[in-house]
Parts: sequence; C-alpha cells; structure tokens
Amino acid sequence: MMENFGTSLGLFWEFIKANPIFCLLAFITILSALYVVTLRNIFHCAIFLVLALFGVAGIYILLGAEFLAAVQVLIYVGAVSILMIFAIMLTAHLASKRISQNNEQTGIAIFASAGFLMVSLGSFAYSIWRVQTTELPENNTLEIGKLLMTDFVLPFEVVSIVLLAAMIGAIVLARREKS
Amino acid sequence: MMMAYLALAAILFAIGIFGVLTRRNAIGILMSLELMFNAVNINLVTFNKFIAPEGLTGQIFAIFVVVVAAAEAVVGLAIVLLLYRNWKGVDIDNINIMKW
Repeated sequence: MMENFGTSLGLFWEFIKANPIFCLLAFITILSALYVVTLRNIFHCAIFLVLALFGVAGIYILLGAEFLAAVQVLIYVGAVSILMIFAIMLTAHLASKRISQNNEQTGIAIFASAGFLMVSLGSFAYSIWRVQTTELPENNTLEIGKLLMTDFVLPFEVVSIVLLAAMIGAIVLARREKS
Repeated sequence: MMMAYLALAAILFAIGIFGVLTRRNAIGILMSLELMFNAVNINLVTFNKFIAPEGLTGQIFAIFVVVVAAAEAVVGLAIVLLLYRNWKGVDIDNINIMKW
C-alpha cells in the first residue's frame, strides 16, 4: 500500500516535470475556482473568477484552440465578469464580510461534488479512448470561420437570435416600471 | 495527456457543483455556473483535439456554449437586480414565492 502510494507520487512528479506549463495553469485555475466558491467577500470571488477564466484561456492555448482562447478572454473576462462586478456593486451592502455567504448544506455539498468527481474520474480511467495521432488543422481560426459560414450557418444564425432575445429580455426585466 | 485535461475539467465541474449547492447569494451561484460552463468547454476542446482532430466541431460547439452562457449571465443578472429591487436582498433562501 505504502510503496504503491510512493510510485504514484513518483509518476505524478514525473508528469509535473514533463508538463510544467499545464500543471501551473491547472493549479492556478483550480485554486482560484476553490476561492470563487469558498471566500466570504463576494467581490473577491469575482476577482478570482477572472483569474480562473484566464487559466482556462491558457488551457485552450495549450489545446491548440487559439481563437477560443481569444473568445474566452474577450467575452468571459471582458464582458461576463464585468457584468458580475456591476451586479455586485449594485447590490453593494450585501457584499460585506459579516454576512455568511454559504448555507448550511456544506457537508452534503462536499459529499455530492466528491461523489461526482469520483464517478467521473473512475469512468475516465476505465474507458477505452480511441486517441488519434493526427493533428488539428494548421490554420485553426480560418477553418472555424469557414465552418461557421458553411456547415454551421443555421446554428450561427439561431444563436444570434438567442443573443438578441436575451438582450431585449434583460432590458425589459431591468427597466423600472412607471407607477 | 488527455486524461489530465479530463481530470482538470472534472475537478472544475465538481467545484462548480459545490458552489451552486452551497452559495446563498444569487450572484455567487451564477459565478459557480460559469465555472461549470468552462469545465464543459475544456472537455469539448479536449475531445476535439484527441479523439476527432480532423474537424473542428468541438471548438465550434464550445463557441456556441460561450455565447449561450453570455446570454444566460445577462438574463440571470437582470433577474438578480429585479430580486434586489423587490425583496431588498439576493439571498435565495428567502425567495420562495414560487415554492409550493
């Protein structure tokens, strides 16, 4: 049991030495994600959410998805987190440190998320993946643009209508009613 | 190597589940949801790279997920502001008007 643990620790160390950038990005992402769900001050949570989203953008670059990394930085870091910070500011006095931000379900929530993690990691470990050796297309962004204009043109248009509907819906919801 | 990306995505998703289940503030729940969307996107891009590298379907689906997540955040935060205006708080333990 003990030497088994030792060998797995050694394998882990080898992995870290082989992929230092991935390990650094994963460490930053997971640590800031933990801060997002545990910190008391909701404004600090938003700041750490920005850090976690940057980490995920780095992971996309490692996976060869440069356009998606740019989209991540522009939309998530630039727009969604700013929206979150706006909403926190508009509900300002609730963000003080004295109010507990978590409810009393912490134990059962740890149980549920750890159970999910165990089940998914186990199913990954026991499945047989047909990993291909071919590389992604060379000019990623160009290919994405072509696909969006040919094969995926219908979802592309539908998603623009979704965005329009969300925008109108947000305006209608947040507008002050005349009394 | 693919297992490492999948494990990272699974850990991120589990953290998001924890946040959704424990947060009391509605904005905190929305932030945990964003973490879960990101985990799903990492999975899509990973499978695109390692299982089906001849097309870019996974990356395109990830872009659609990002767009729908942005729409969800906009509508969700509008609802949060409305809740704050009507209930003087965004503590979702108190907002049970639709609970039977």
